[in-house]
Amino acid sequence: MSTTRPFSRRLNHAVEGLMVWVLRFGGWASVLVSLGIVVTLVTESWPFFAQVPFHRLISDTMWTPLFADPQYGMSALLAGTLVTTGVALLVAIPLGTVLAIYLSEFAPASLREVVKPMLELLSAVPTVVYGYFALLTLTPLLQKIYPDLPQFSMLSAGLIMGIMIVPYVTSLGEDSMRSVPMLLREGAFALGDGKLGVALRVVFPGAFSGLAAAYVLAISRAVGETMIVAIAAGLQPRMTINPLESAATVTAFIVQVSLGDLPHGSIGYQSIFAAGAVLFLMTLGFNLAGHVLRRRFHRAS
Amino acid sequence: MSCAGGFIVLPEHFFQRQKKQAHQRRAIDRWFQRIGLLLTLMTLGILGILLLNLVGNGLMRIDWQFLTSFPSRRAGEAGVLSAWVGTLLLMMVTAGVAIPFGVAAGIYLEEYAPKNKWTDFVEINIANLAGVPSILYGLMALGLFVYQFRFGQSILSGGLALACLVLPIVIVATRESLRTIPANIREAAFALGATRWQAVWHHLLPYSTGGIATGVILAMSRAIGESAPLITIGALTFIAFLPPTPVLSHPPFLSFEWLFSPFTALPIQMFNWVSRPGEDFQPNAAAAGLILMLITLSMNGAAILLRKRAQRNIKW
Amino acid sequence: MNPQSASSEVTGGVNQSSTKVRIEKLSFFYGTHQVLKSVSMDIPALQVTALIGPSGCGKTTLLRCLNRMHDLYPGNRYEGSVHVQPDGMDILGPGMDPIQVRMRFGMVFQKPNPFPKSIYENVAYGLRLQGMNKRRDLDERVEKALREAAIWDEVKSRLHQMAHNLSGGQQQRLCIARAIATDPDVVLFDEPTSALDPIATSKIEELIVELKKRVTVLIVTHNLQQAGRISDMTAFMYLGELVEFGSTNQLFTNPSKPQTEDYISGRFG
Ligand SMILES: Nc1ncnc2c1ncn2[C@@H]1O[C@H](COP(=O)(O)OP(=O)(O)OP(=O)(O)O)[C@@H](O)[C@H]1O
Ligand SMILES: [Mg+2]
Repeated sequence: MSTTRPFSRRLNHAVEGLMVWVLRFGGWASVLVSLGIVVTLVTESWPFFAQVPFHRLISDTMWTPLFADPQYGMSALLAGTLVTTGVALLVAIPLGTVLAIYLSEFAPASLREVVKPMLELLSAVPTVVYGYFALLTLTPLLQKIYPDLPQFSMLSAGLIMGIMIVPYVTSLGEDSMRSVPMLLREGAFALGDGKLGVALRVVFPGAFSGLAAAYVLAISRAVGETMIVAIAAGLQPRMTINPLESAATVTAFIVQVSLGDLPHGSIGYQSIFAAGAVLFLMTLGFNLAGHVLRRRFHRAS
Repeated sequence: MSCAGGFIVLPEHFFQRQKKQAHQRRAIDRWFQRIGLLLTLMTLGILGILLLNLVGNGLMRIDWQFLTSFPSRRAGEAGVLSAWVGTLLLMMVTAGVAIPFGVAAGIYLEEYAPKNKWTDFVEINIANLAGVPSILYGLMALGLFVYQFRFGQSILSGGLALACLVLPIVIVATRESLRTIPANIREAAFALGATRWQAVWHHLLPYSTGGIATGVILAMSRAIGESAPLITIGALTFIAFLPPTPVLSHPPFLSFEWLFSPFTALPIQMFNWVSRPGEDFQPNAAAAGLILMLITLSMNGAAILLRKRAQRNIKW
Repeated sequence: MNPQSASSEVTGGVNQSSTKVRIEKLSFFYGTHQVLKSVSMDIPALQVTALIGPSGCGKTTLLRCLNRMHDLYPGNRYEGSVHVQPDGMDILGPGMDPIQVRMRFGMVFQKPNPFPKSIYENVAYGLRLQGMNKRRDLDERVEKALREAAIWDEVKSRLHQMAHNLSGGQQQRLCIARAIATDPDVVLFDEPTSALDPIATSKIEELIVELKKRVTVLIVTHNLQQAGRISDMTAFMYLGELVEFGSTNQLFTNPSKPQTEDYISGRFG
């Protein structure tokens, strides 16, 4: 058809060539964003790491880079992140896994069809709302059980963060469990196993890399979560592993400094990029591990 | 019937034992069935409690005055006017950037990209971007857009930060909905002499609009609820004015000054109210939270329905 | 020495008369769709019984009734009775737990389906379910089952490697080992060689013939030569009904029903 009309053919050719470039540029955009993040983190935190001796990042026990007598103990920030993440995972991994097993192996299809979208809604709640919930609903509730609990506590923030992550673990986990072939389950049922036995002994190992990916990505989420901890866990860096206390996480520190006046190039400005760089490295590791596990799962099944 | 170690068990005993084992397993299954149901309902119940809580504390606060007032030192007079206008303008920037770039990238990766190391790298990169904490997008925007490009602590910087944040969502949704189109549709188009772009434009895109739209709605809903990146670039929380209007009554009729205006947004306003000491501002926070929840939940609900319908309608 | 195999050697010739599974007026429904229509047959102990018939006639369905696999999916319904000797348990009886039934029947599927576990754990799976926990007992029984499935020599040096690394034929023999490890009364085979090459197929056929010394075998096959080679009794099914059931020899050389004759002479199906 178009061979009989050379002009339109040439036009098509030109459009085709142009669109390839337009689209390719779109593909690059995502790489540019990554590059932007990495380059910004490196260049803006460079002065910080250059002027703070490395051993002080490790040996100092407090994180007060903005004080007149600054302390650079990164571990004080990491402790907060570690504890809130730990509490969140203690909720999200068991609960998320049980829900995944229930939805994939036990629940009738009709219930699953209702529950899955609802879980999706739960994961769509803005994190600032979760923060509100942690500070103004959960904390007062916990204070009834344990009156000494401070107004800001890592426990409260971590618990809510766990709830926030549950749908994530459940939906990834359920997907990978459901893609385990029925034939495998039948093999185990034929030997006389029960549903839970089949789920734990056959489906779980069959879906393991998919589930592991869900867990790893859940860790990454918890480490990077910001608003819940900034609102409910407190903004003071503190070297503690007691979840009943308040302490700032890496992310909460960035929020706390950002809320103040932040001249370009000041030590405060540099310090949040330093915290950001550390955060980036941590989550990058988890994200890549999760990506590899997920890919392995898809190839295996 | 024999057992290990030469020990012979009478069949009756053996079958009796099997009966007991079967019974045990059935009982365990029944327990897990109950526990699973209970935990599922509890988890969903949290969503209900959250909503009820916001409704109980915030519904009374939502009225015309609340929607049309600037923030104020007095809780009873404060409102979310500048916040929702800010959110609206941010979303215009975010959608305007994330949709074209995300869809283009999705089409490129699914239909054009050669299978090589570079494409592999781009894919890993997108998977990683989707997991980068939102606050890091804020740091990037602060270093790059605010200071390097001198956009300032403006709507433009904020919108761009959110656009980068949701870009992977749009890319992945575009790719997935293109992937569900069977190969024979492409082949049919090529057989008629269409160029690759014509195949995309006339066939593939129209068939995948449902999936792309779903992804775009989810992306925007995510962006609306984000506060961390905006706080990082220094969005102010006390904004008692509106950005310049984009439409003028005199030539050239359109103005882009608003892009460079300082701003606040709904989640930031809520964060500000939540973190005030004392109880005065809590109803305001609940009211702002309720508005946010209504927006994000209805957008997600719409996305879910859209996806359901698309799945039902399309049978290849 | 296994008492069962001992008795089979002693009574080998008389076995023909003793029934292992008695199926009486068995009907089966997928929802409202009736697939088996009042099937009655006596499956003899310690023999190989083949089920043949055109595609969709209900062979798999019948096989899966015997270990109540249909209970895994909602909406299925059985009618009639199936009694298993020596105790005469009715596997379709009221209150009968499918799990208990399945512990007495082994099953080998059309496609090999080893669990995502080690070779050892695959075979030990059923043993553990039957309450065997001691390592020594397990070791002994796993080895015995693998030997009986004629795969021991190939896997003895890598018992703790993943079963997925085996070839298709090896995987299928592993699945047979898994099914016989618990000393089931009956082993059900559903076209066990349809996914395998001829060499792997003949190994499995030898194995099945070997197995009947110890267990009763019921096998679905599409391959009439295979049925002729390995089975003692053959049942021909058509449209959910049992058309003819008799000794393999007689059914293949001198069928009594015209449909059977048409089928085995290749006129349809
Ligand atoms: N899960 C099911 N739901 C409804 N009908 C089914 C189901 N499984 C099988 N059927 C129907 O039951 C009939 C018998 O199926 P079955 O699988 O037992 O046949 P078969 O003899 O094993 O055939 P083949 O030789 O092809 O394996 C067929 O008509 C089939 O369509
Ligand atoms: Mg079949």
